[in-house]
Amino acid sequence: MRDGELEGLSCFREAFLGGMRAGTGLGVAVFVLGLTFGALARADGWGLIAPLAGSVVIFSSSAQFTLVTVLSGGGGIPAAVAAASLINARFLPMGLSVAPSLKGGRWRRSLEGQAVVDGSWVAAHLGGGRFDRARLMGATVMQYPAWAGGTALGVLLAPTQHQIEAFGLDLMFPAYFLVMLVDELRVSAQARYAALIGAALAAGLVFTLSSGLAVIAATAAALLGLTDFPGRSKLCERAYG
Amino acid sequence: MRASLWIAIISVAAASFALKAAGPALLGQQELPARANRVISLLAPVLLTALVITDVAGQRWNGLSWPILMGLAATAVSRLLKVPSLVSVIIGMFVTAGFRFIA
Repeated sequence: MRDGELEGLSCFREAFLGGMRAGTGLGVAVFVLGLTFGALARADGWGLIAPLAGSVVIFSSSAQFTLVTVLSGGGGIPAAVAAASLINARFLPMGLSVAPSLKGGRWRRSLEGQAVVDGSWVAAHLGGGRFDRARLMGATVMQYPAWAGGTALGVLLAPTQHQIEAFGLDLMFPAYFLVMLVDELRVSAQARYAALIGAALAAGLVFTLSSGLAVIAATAAALLGLTDFPGRSKLCERAYG
Repeated sequence: MRASLWIAIISVAAASFALKAAGPALLGQQELPARANRVISLLAPVLLTALVITDVAGQRWNGLSWPILMGLAATAVSRLLKVPSLVSVIIGMFVTAGFRFIA
């Protein structure tokens, strides 16, 4: 192995470990969320195996919660599948954004792209639309077993909604995303304005759309990036062009 | 319900896989234009905001609860004061659970 390759490998390792550290906190939140999913699915008559299988093959809290909700509401299979898939439509632009940072041919890139989940994607963002592939993977490696393990425990323990709420476990998901949001808002004034517009859109749209669709529609606020509002510093101009 | 549940699970898994694979498969090694990168940088704060708001509000703002709002406020303030991520979340959980205990 040449020196350059060795150096590249050690950089990958360092970033991967950094991702794992970022993924540890996320993993705890994801574990608790998985527990609530397992409990909910079991209470809705999914049995013991299907909730766990769902977490292993789908690995997406928003899509799985949607699937349970629409099915239990009597929405039928096609409607439930459509709603759950639509919620995950955000992975399309997220996948496009990480694409240049991945490695290998199209097949390998498609597989590496599976590491994209909300928390890891934010943790791997280096700024200016560039992503750290090793960090992305490291953060996801921590969350995948946490999600499956949390689901398994939820199915086995089957806690009631009352018990989940008594311990404040239902706060875990929004609180962890809020922590990441606070960090993102420090980045730039434009990020704060975009978040404000997105907040207004999401807050209004939940009156007419399902939560998933409201999230997707609210991301239109990111188009603020096409403008110079509220003005970018010279430093940013140099860094991002 | 049984067989159809499995069909639903596998269909959502396949759709999710395809959505994540599409970008990397289509774009390959090509770099995105600078304007697209600026939009993507803003996607993170916007997406997080929308996820938090829709989760807290629920359909038609019916899911709103004071203990959750107080917990989230405690988490946000902790994080602004540079408290580590997980500790900020745990502080919020204590506040939410505490408010529910009193109520």
